[in-house]
Amino acid sequence: MPLSGTTVAAENGDKSNGAEGAPRQRPEPDPPGYFEGESMSRRKALTIGSQAIGGLAGAAIILPAVGFAVAPIFHRGKERWEKIGPVSDFVEDNYRQVVFTETEGIGEAGKQTAYVRRSSAELKEEPGKFVAVSNRCAHLGCPVRFVEAAGNFICPCHGGVYDFQGRRIGGPPVRPLDRFQTRVRDGQVEVGPRYSVTNQLDPVRARDPGEFTGGIWEYLYPPRPDTFPAP
Amino acid sequence: MPKLKDVLLPAPLRKAAKPGSAGVPKGEAPSDLKTAPPKRQTELEQLAGKAKEAPVDTVAWLDQRLGASGFLTGMLFRKVPKGTNWFYTLGSATLFAFIVQATTGVFLAMFYTPSATQAYASISHINNNVPLGQFVHGMHKWGSSVMVILIFLHMGRTFFFGAYKYPRELNWVIGVVILILTMTMAFTGYLLPFDQRSYWASIVGININGTGPIVGPYLSDFLRAGPELGATTLSRFYAIHMLLVPGAIIALVGAHLYLVVKLGTTAPPWVKAERPKVAAPAVDLEAGAENGRVNGYERVDGQGHGNGSGAAPA
Repeated sequence: MPLSGTTVAAENGDKSNGAEGAPRQRPEPDPPGYFEGESMSRRKALTIGSQAIGGLAGAAIILPAVGFAVAPIFHRGKERWEKIGPVSDFVEDNYRQVVFTETEGIGEAGKQTAYVRRSSAELKEEPGKFVAVSNRCAHLGCPVRFVEAAGNFICPCHGGVYDFQGRRIGGPPVRPLDRFQTRVRDGQVEVGPRYSVTNQLDPVRARDPGEFTGGIWEYLYPPRPDTFPAP
Repeated sequence: MPKLKDVLLPAPLRKAAKPGSAGVPKGEAPSDLKTAPPKRQTELEQLAGKAKEAPVDTVAWLDQRLGASGFLTGMLFRKVPKGTNWFYTLGSATLFAFIVQATTGVFLAMFYTPSATQAYASISHINNNVPLGQFVHGMHKWGSSVMVILIFLHMGRTFFFGAYKYPRELNWVIGVVILILTMTMAFTGYLLPFDQRSYWASIVGININGTGPIVGPYLSDFLRAGPELGATTLSRFYAIHMLLVPGAIIALVGAHLYLVVKLGTTAPPWVKAERPKVAAPAVDLEAGAENGRVNGYERVDGQGHGNGSGAAPA
């Protein structure tokens, strides 16, 4: 019995020790490189720091360079109006070819060609206006020519054909010919910014050749910020 | 009568013949130093000896500092598979065409003016007034077509020989990027003479870019640097043509060649792998039979193809 008694006493003693609280834990030693409870080693902190500084330095070089290259997309030049001749030069039933400067300082490359006439009562156009049709083919941008004998615009590259008003009647073009805004100042006809038209000849903002206009296409080929709003 | 191979091979590559064997007389016994003292070299002879060693010394000096001889030996004397033929030179031919383009391009840039008003005049000047100008311009102009043709032939060789397969897929991808960059070079270079042909061709090319929905119009504006093709378009194309893309091509060609040397080339598809001369251990046979191969060699009896894992080529 005494033997069992001591055993019980020993067990009681253990229990009383355990009841005092959770067993005391020794603090874990810091992993190598961590000092006195630091949450991050110096090596790691310096790595992250130097990488962040390197990233900032790289961005400081690359972002301005990319912005420099991309900026022209968002830049709209000054609106230009160019005199092309007195009002009396133009008739209703035939076009007169005019060449005018659109961008200065670059010689021939800055010039545009338009076919200009008075608005026609026969075609139920608004009277007293001037129609300036661009010679830029709506397929891929080749120069079209107005063939007087046929009364059509014909493109030499891929055989696009347009009627007298510039509507597509044959070949690969996707929309009618572009136009330029026109106005009359001091008896002189002036041409201004380019705009595109839908198949119904409603003006829309200028699109590049090969891009459809009207309906859902206005969203698939969105207007560009460097073009002028349609009249 | 010396053997033909001894005549053709340079001395360092020749195997040293044993004294007394065919053609090499047995050397005389070394003479007695007392009766025949060695002749002292004059100063001039010493100098000549040093001069003879100079090229070797220079190369050795460089190699001690570069450590390049191991790499160069590995690259230049690497083993190529049996059946390697002339089709395998198309890649080097493309690289040669690129080097021609780079060299002639540098010299054309010395006379060319990337300005909308002066570009055409400067090209006329190169063609009409500069000595050999027409020749260098012609090499650059026709060389561009040569490079495009060669790169497509090289691509076709890689495709039809199955050389794009594991582990060379990455090299195929790099090659496709080089192909795209080459076409970019051809496209941007076409505008630079700024004559009627290049002007209208670039307008058509840019407008084809523009037909891509949603991003197309903005891509066109980026290429033209504005809504119309003009002066900035020309300088932009010039910068892309002679600074941006050539740097990228040189870097990618380096990566392409590194992978070629590291992975080696493939044998043409009509060269079959040889059967092992020694019978493989039974364990390896069992393991190899899983995928229709024995020790990496294809089994000739056609077994092992129908067990579900039939990935082995027929």
